[in-house]
Amino acid sequence: MRRLILILVPYAWLLALFLVPFLIVVKISLSDVALARPPYLPQLDFAAGWAGVKDFFQQLDFENFTFLASDDLYWRAYLSSLRIALISTVLTLLIGYPVAYAMASAQPEWRPTLMMLVILPFWTSFLIRVYSWMGILSQNGILNTFLLWTGLISEPLTIMNTEIAVYIGIVYTYLPFMILPIYATLEKLDVSLIEAAEDLGCSRASAFWLVTIPLSRPGIIAGCFLVFIPALGEFVIPSLLGGSGTLMIGKVLWEEFFNNRDWPVASAVAVVLLLILIIPIVLFQRNEQKNREAGK
Amino acid sequence: MRRMSGFNLVSLTFGLAFLYLPMLILVIYSFNASKLVTVWAGFSTRWYGELLRNEAFLDAALVTLKVGLISSTIATVLGTMAAWILVRTGRFFGRTLFSGMIYAPLVMPEVITGLSLLLLFIGIGLDRGILTIVLAHTTFSMCYVSVVVSSRLTSFDISLEEAALDLGCTPWQSFRLVTLPIIAPAVISGWLLAFTLSLDDLVIASFAAGPSSTTLPMKIFSAVRLGVSPEINALSTIMIGIVAFGVVIFSLASKRATARQLQEERDAARAET
Repeated sequence: MRRLILILVPYAWLLALFLVPFLIVVKISLSDVALARPPYLPQLDFAAGWAGVKDFFQQLDFENFTFLASDDLYWRAYLSSLRIALISTVLTLLIGYPVAYAMASAQPEWRPTLMMLVILPFWTSFLIRVYSWMGILSQNGILNTFLLWTGLISEPLTIMNTEIAVYIGIVYTYLPFMILPIYATLEKLDVSLIEAAEDLGCSRASAFWLVTIPLSRPGIIAGCFLVFIPALGEFVIPSLLGGSGTLMIGKVLWEEFFNNRDWPVASAVAVVLLLILIIPIVLFQRNEQKNREAGK
Repeated sequence: MRRMSGFNLVSLTFGLAFLYLPMLILVIYSFNASKLVTVWAGFSTRWYGELLRNEAFLDAALVTLKVGLISSTIATVLGTMAAWILVRTGRFFGRTLFSGMIYAPLVMPEVITGLSLLLLFIGIGLDRGILTIVLAHTTFSMCYVSVVVSSRLTSFDISLEEAALDLGCTPWQSFRLVTLPIIAPAVISGWLLAFTLSLDDLVIASFAAGPSSTTLPMKIFSAVRLGVSPEINALSTIMIGIVAFGVVIFSLASKRATARQLQEERDAARAET
């Protein structure tokens, strides 16, 4: 009996505040926009009994989804989100791997401190970390002032409000998510394997490519998903650093809801975004599962 | 792994500089007397004064703190319960759905979580305010708590609990007297994580908040949308300072706790022999 209550409380909480809201999104994505309160039709009319429920289901349709498919704004937004998330993931990997490698090569007594230094930014506000780049990247910002002073450039660079600023923002905020899983696999790596490869005639570089990289693959995959999945639906970074020219789906959803007040289309955008995300999420889960089994 | 080479030293230095330089610059420029970002007009604490006189920021900070404390506490209780269910109870009806609902919010884009909760609150006619933000924050942060706590529960020696039960403890007593003290560090980390996530959240709070309740991140976001503001630099510096202070205190305390635990174990081993 007690066990039942213990299960029921968190279960009911998640049903009511996670699953039901999500089903509402799906339902509204099948409704039509209307000048009413709430601004969509049809409304479920329980008072009319079974006929009301039947009527309600008959009025639902896929109109919003055909609208998404026909308007190229949404296509471009999904594609550019995918592109931006992909490029930033690769950039994060290129910057994160050497750092993780260096951490794993450091003296063991240094490693906890290094790890804390990598985790620490995660505890500071995400918004502030994104904001800190606004003063650096803007037209008359610190980076431009510095580069002009050194004489490397004669005209200020336009970085703020471009996709480049979004890449910088994503790499900066998600870097710890890339470093930590790679570091975890590299730390466990058996050095004697690399030594054996070198003894057998590998150069240091080829030992790295043939032994270290394949053995750290689970960490690389985990890190890439941990960056790619949240980057795809990102809202704060493109809206602060990307300017009006950067199209990302999280921003489109926000504007559709708050500025255009088109709830059904915003819901349809959300449903499609989730359908796109299911593939990487399932792949990520499978990778984690494999790692757990390999760890046993 | 192998020794520190020059290349490793360079990449470590660059990596850490990349992580810390932007925040350092922010802190330095919060003491700039000029309103302009790039012009250094001498040291001044003027923006801190203006910040403290700005009541809208103080109100928002109060709302954020209230939401953070309440939601992280509820989330810790619910998350610990959920972790217990995931690790300790066997099969029950809808178990797969339950673990799915624990892990899904971790990967769900914030805009979708926010949108769906807002549609629920409107659907059931709940007035948006502090209560709705608390409900929203509790829901996603309890999942983080349960992940943290369940990883501790998995590595925990179940025979300790069984011993307590054999010696006549009720299940609740064995949880309170045996399990809880052992998983306490994970529960505390879970609470801190939930609290930080709540203080940090902009997107979900923007959906869940009504016109009368503005949290600090919402206030910051609307202030910096159009560009750099010296008052926000000052506010950021204060927040970075609090976090740095908190992390140092917490890591010192946990280091001391581990040392004490090791000492106790050593004493116990000596007493046995």
